[in-house]
Amino acid sequence: MKIIIGKIKLKNPVMVASGTFGYAKEFEDLVDLKKLGAIVTKTITLKPRQGNPMPRVCETASGMLNAIGLENEGVKNFIDEKLPYLKKIGVPIIVSISGDSIEEFSRLAKRLDKEKAVDGIELNISCPNVKAKGLVAQCPEATCDLVDEVRKATDKTLITKLSPNVTDIVAIAKAACKAGTDAVSLVNTFLAMAIDIETGKPRLGNVTGGLSGPCIKPIALRMVWEVSKNIKKPVIGMGGIMTKEDAIEFLLAGAKAVQIGTANFVVPGVCEDIIKGVREWTRKK
Amino acid sequence: MKDAKVKILSNIKVGDSYYKMTLDAPYIARYATPGQFVQVRCSDGFDPLLRRPFSIHRLASNQGVEILYEVIGRGTEILSMKKKGEHLDVLGPLGKGFTLPRSSTATIITGGMGVAPFVFLAEVLKKKNIKTTVLIGANTKSLILCEKDFKKLGFEIYIATDDGSRGCKGLVSKLFKPQTGTIVYVCGPNPMLKCIAGMCKRKRIDCEVSLEEKMACGIGACLGCSVKVKSGRNKLACKDGPVFKATDLVL
Repeated sequence: MKIIIGKIKLKNPVMVASGTFGYAKEFEDLVDLKKLGAIVTKTITLKPRQGNPMPRVCETASGMLNAIGLENEGVKNFIDEKLPYLKKIGVPIIVSISGDSIEEFSRLAKRLDKEKAVDGIELNISCPNVKAKGLVAQCPEATCDLVDEVRKATDKTLITKLSPNVTDIVAIAKAACKAGTDAVSLVNTFLAMAIDIETGKPRLGNVTGGLSGPCIKPIALRMVWEVSKNIKKPVIGMGGIMTKEDAIEFLLAGAKAVQIGTANFVVPGVCEDIIKGVREWTRKK
Repeated sequence: MKDAKVKILSNIKVGDSYYKMTLDAPYIARYATPGQFVQVRCSDGFDPLLRRPFSIHRLASNQGVEILYEVIGRGTEILSMKKKGEHLDVLGPLGKGFTLPRSSTATIITGGMGVAPFVFLAEVLKKKNIKTTVLIGANTKSLILCEKDFKKLGFEIYIATDDGSRGCKGLVSKLFKPQTGTIVYVCGPNPMLKCIAGMCKRKRIDCEVSLEEKMACGIGACLGCSVKVKSGRNKLACKDGPVFKATDLVL
């Protein structure tokens, strides 16, 4: 069950995905947090962000759309208010970060580098809900430049989170590896939309959003499989994992670890079941 | 809060498309306060995917928890077909409820399904000997809910219907005569909330609003149910609400 990603030792390969678990405290009554392989926190930015207009979530067939827009209270608040609690849990803490420029990513990484309680950094270069010309994760050169700069800013374990909204995800994964990421995590949500036929208006305030949930699993799995056979660094698989069987499928496709996202909203205690299921499967193997 | 598989004690049709479900949920019954809600998983599968939030409508006898719901989509349709004795995953109690009055009087104002959290509140107000007036608004006569429950408590009730089929014709806000030294609790469609909140503000009357927002997690993790407030950072309907002081909100 034990695995190593970069410098982080995980007691099991099951983590919670960024943006679906808050800063862990939200789940303290519902999940035995100590049992988690790692916690990836809600994406933070340098300055606080208000996020997108409402409505921000919408259910779709076997899935959901979200367009939160990276609402968060900024890195200072994170370090002062959230990190002390996270530190006490006793599992690896991976902080998801985002920014509007390479410099912002780099400054965030530098700031977090000073914090002992932070074990790793996940680079969210793939959030579909922020206004920008294109995602960094849609361009191999931009990915390479960004990871390269952040790599100079910190020695902590770096995970690069990839977008599925690309033609060739392997090329992006290779670019991140070349620039020194310790691992890649995939996939973020699929850019999507829904329209209310009564009003004729989009169901999300942001018009488009990110699709997640069981409906994306087969595509996510295919992408994890493709990336896993083409890079040597660890792949962290995610995308619609709802059950232990789903998690095992990702591990069989080549992922070294998995992240559980949308499932946390539906069954808040699901990670404990998945950890148990993966443990039993590993033993039998 | 706790997530538990609970037994359905009853699931009864109470109107055209309205149902009342009683759940055997001792933990929720023990800790819930009026205005809080539960997240119900309508089926064991993943389609529909998300849980549905429902106000705690009433505490029933023997630690039962009642929800009142309208069939408006696939989730509530599945729920309406559930039978006594079946089980559901129910997470709760969630959110922050109403503040109980310091005054000796209170007014409850409801529009349509907005009545859902108010029978629980009314029963608590009764126990505290708060003289309460209830204003019920509905589209038409057959959609007036819970009149009997409020009557049983001996509260004064006034009714307004859009089509005039019962009570005063027009919006429920027409029935509202704001008087200082009381507290107003309101839940219903947004224009109604806005109107009542405005009336209370002008007379400097305490007014608490229960909001209904689309949400995913219900526990403050997804930030899907963000609410704009007058000062500072956004609040969350699921965690900081669903009940807010009207003066704090941008309605």
